[in-house]
Amino acid sequence: MNLKEIQKMLEAELVCGAEWLGREVACACGADLMSDVLAFTKERTLLLTGMTNIQVIRTAEMSDCVGIVFVRGKKPGQDVIELAIENKLPLFVTNFPMYEACGVLYEKGLCGCARAVLRHGG
Amino acid sequence: MFCTKKGYAVVRERCCAMEDEQTIVLEFTLKGSDFNAAGETSSKIKKVLQQIGVKSDIIRRIAISSYEAEMNVIIHAYQGKVRATIYPDRTELVVEDEGPGIADIGLAMQEGYSTAPDHVREMGFGAGMGLPNMARCSDKFDIQSAVEEGTKITMTIFHNA
Repeated sequence: MNLKEIQKMLEAELVCGAEWLGREVACACGADLMSDVLAFTKERTLLLTGMTNIQVIRTAEMSDCVGIVFVRGKKPGQDVIELAIENKLPLFVTNFPMYEACGVLYEKGLCGCARAVLRHGG
Repeated sequence: MFCTKKGYAVVRERCCAMEDEQTIVLEFTLKGSDFNAAGETSSKIKKVLQQIGVKSDIIRRIAISSYEAEMNVIIHAYQGKVRATIYPDRTELVVEDEGPGIADIGLAMQEGYSTAPDHVREMGFGAGMGLPNMARCSDKFDIQSAVEEGTKITMTIFHNA
């Protein structure tokens, strides 16, 4: 599953990063706790979050996330968008709340990070 | 090389000082409570590791270790220093701060234990996962702390692990 397909499923607005929509997503993580993102995600994770501060971008950068979806229609500020562009991180905004956004992707076959570990052996 | 970046807490950094032909030393200064600058140091370390071609899964572990330690300094300390020494086979991170220190390191190493204030938790940090995550991401982990003085964390990550 790539980011373009995910954008369609979540009826999401692309904030930045149109050139990286072809990126493949290995798994997804829905979290507002950046500590959990740092501790439990894998490479090529899609992050879904309700947080829009600059540390979300830093956390995604360190964790090698492939993109970020902001849920509940929350839009990030310009400083956040600029840092995302600098780090080649596509940003999306969906009106779905967290539970529903995760549910839509899970139903379409995008697994969580723990399952990705089981599937790929680490 | 010393440089001042306007608007950022990392006011002094010595970049890419070559200790010898095969070792890169990166040094940065951190200022407590400057959340806008939090992560810049780890980002720079990550970009140097990418430039020299370290494997991405190894870089990820180094970047996460560095970022967790950097956030801890910003959250808890008055100021601190990060020194990343990149050898051909490993990266060593030393993160040292002047701050309140840790009274009970055993307790601080437990997942979920945190003394972070509410405003830090509202940003998505301070969940008590930082120190355990640093220990998990690094191949060697050492922490020394003195109450009312500060904390020193030393981590080694091997490049071919």
